[in-house]
Amino acid sequence: MTAKKMAIIATKGTLDWAYPPLILSSTAAALGYEVQVFCTFYGLQLLRKDLSGIRISPLGNPAMPMPMPMPVLVQALPGVEAMATAMMKKKMKSKGVASVEELRSLCLEAEVKFIACQMTVDLFDFQRSDFIDGIDYGGAATFLGFAGEADIQLYI
Amino acid sequence: MNFDKDLDARGLNCPLPIIKTKKALNDMASGQVLRVVSTDSGSVKDMEAFAKQTGNSLLSSAQDGGGYVFFLQKK
Repeated sequence: MTAKKMAIIATKGTLDWAYPPLILSSTAAALGYEVQVFCTFYGLQLLRKDLSGIRISPLGNPAMPMPMPMPVLVQALPGVEAMATAMMKKKMKSKGVASVEELRSLCLEAEVKFIACQMTVDLFDFQRSDFIDGIDYGGAATFLGFAGEADIQLYI
Repeated sequence: MNFDKDLDARGLNCPLPIIKTKKALNDMASGQVLRVVSTDSGSVKDMEAFAKQTGNSLLSSAQDGGGYVFFLQKK
């Protein structure tokens, strides 16, 4: 039986948006899927060696539960984003939710193939040394070649 | 039920119980039985889906005082 395939485009670089592609990829790989994740624009953050820049912001996110009511102008103050990120990570840890680093390691171990979008790598002046080893670099045609034969295609 | 290997996935949340189950099965021989204990209520449905997709048999799925107990037989 040929393996099922899943193709994901990851476009977001905040903590909450980092989870869906990594959770689905690691799980799909465990279920025997062949997985490719095409990281473009802010999704490139998932591929950086240093993942500490992946944060969560309460700004413009009225659905985010806050421990106390916080006016939008306060949310914009320096330090609030760092505080919200630290609180979210602490909560995740206490609930047994894997960290982004851990999930990415599980993906790599399970041979999930990550592809960095070369156009956005150039656009943001990233160097290949900013990213982890073992990833590919390519463009839309690279993604479509795999996605066209995939059973699941997701844009996240 | 007898089992050949035991996996304690208590305290772990989605998708870790499934991924650890897959890893544990990797080191086992065909026909051997893995017991998994989890506290993630989502793992009940997920373990069924995992078994269906991978072809390993879910021999039993039950709730125990301390969590959810699964027995999987490697195909």
